Amino acid sequence: MTAAARLEPQALFHYVLRIGDLSLVLGQRLGEWVGHAPALEEDLGLANIALDLIGQARLLLSYAGEIEGRGRSEDDLAYLREQDEYLNAVLAEQPNGDFGQTIVRQVLIDAFQLDLYERMSASTDERLAAIAQKSAKETRYHMRFSGSWLIRLGDGTEESRSRAQSALQRLWPYTAELFAADDLDQAMADCGVAPRLAEVRAAWDARLDEVLAQATLERPGERPHSWHGKRGRHSEHLGYILAEMQHLQRTYPGARW
Amino acid sequence: MSVSALTAGEPSPAGDDRLALAWRALAEVEDPEIPQLNIVDLGLIRFVRVHSDDSLEVGLSPTYVGCPATEVIRLGVVRALHAARIGNCVVTSVLSPAWSSDWITAQGRQTLLNLGIVPPARTVVNTRDLLRADRPPACPRCQAADTECISEFGSTPCKALHRCRACLEPFEYFKCI
Repeated sequence: MTAAARLEPQALFHYVLRIGDLSLVLGQRLGEWVGHAPALEEDLGLANIALDLIGQARLLLSYAGEIEGRGRSEDDLAYLREQDEYLNAVLAEQPNGDFGQTIVRQVLIDAFQLDLYERMSASTDERLAAIAQKSAKETRYHMRFSGSWLIRLGDGTEESRSRAQSALQRLWPYTAELFAADDLDQAMADCGVAPRLAEVRAAWDARLDEVLAQATLERPGERPHSWHGKRGRHSEHLGYILAEMQHLQRTYPGARW
Repeated sequence: MSVSALTAGEPSPAGDDRLALAWRALAEVEDPEIPQLNIVDLGLIRFVRVHSDDSLEVGLSPTYVGCPATEVIRLGVVRALHAARIGNCVVTSVLSPAWSSDWITAQGRQTLLNLGIVPPARTVVNTRDLLRADRPPACPRCQAADTECISEFGSTPCKALHRCRACLEPFEYFKCI
């Protein structure tokens, strides 16, 4: 906690929301597949990954609430924040599309989270280090699931290959935001709370190149982007996710199971 | 400040009835998803200690962060300790070091096998080569080595679904994590 103490609590609060919201929004998205996946095994697989992501989000949002010190719980943060208070990168909120698009989005984020959490396991913030250690272990299974599916789709039939490639073209531009380091990312790296995003990027690049080569898919070129979900400016999709996710708590404040 | 501590695996000190009683009570709590497998054998109890204010603290690790059984297990622990008249107690969630399937006891592994669930391999997951699956476990029914993974995610987060190519029966594998 020494490093955290040197930081503005507000900065750490926002940083923890960034990584927590990424898991929460992606977990909510994957949950939409329950009962609709192409086969029972994939239904279970996506639901299990969604559960892990919601579990990560619970730990991170609980911690964020403690840092903020205004008595907000994980549920308050998940169910009662407005869209522009969500700090996830916009890639997580992109629609499920077909199974290929869901798998491509999953590979891109699994690889990012894996490379982030593995490095964050050595964070100077003990609480984040513990959450990252635990999450890294689970994310390896997520990566194996999504990576092996991408290989099957890419190196599969003409139809599956063309769908996987077009999903890759569509989603790739959103990945730049994951690695665009602003003052907040910089400050977290300077005090050892989080790894440098340039390092995470290098590891992610290598991992993606390997998966794409095995999947016989082409890596799209880099394009300039102007997404700022990490600062609360989202695509049109997040509002719909929140409307569904927050409906019950907004309608019946304080409702519990 | 803890005046008396006992970590998993250590024998209970003679005369320290409260700790021994707590461990016995904890060994009665079963995993709701794998009945017959108790949470001590599953390696979920990190420590049991008595503090100077006479409260008893139990350190409990989740298997997977999103596992819905975690809440049920926590309730089970509190209920078991109260039933054993252990006195004032608190349950603390312990995330670090992260729970590992290596912590399942020999008894726990035998219980899994008796239930037809293959216990986890002892090695840590290969982080370098994630895309290559682990060596498939042998069939718990006919012992054939020729098995395949049907799904990395089975009926619960901690299990994968496999199938034996020899006897054609599906079986569950407790994942190595």
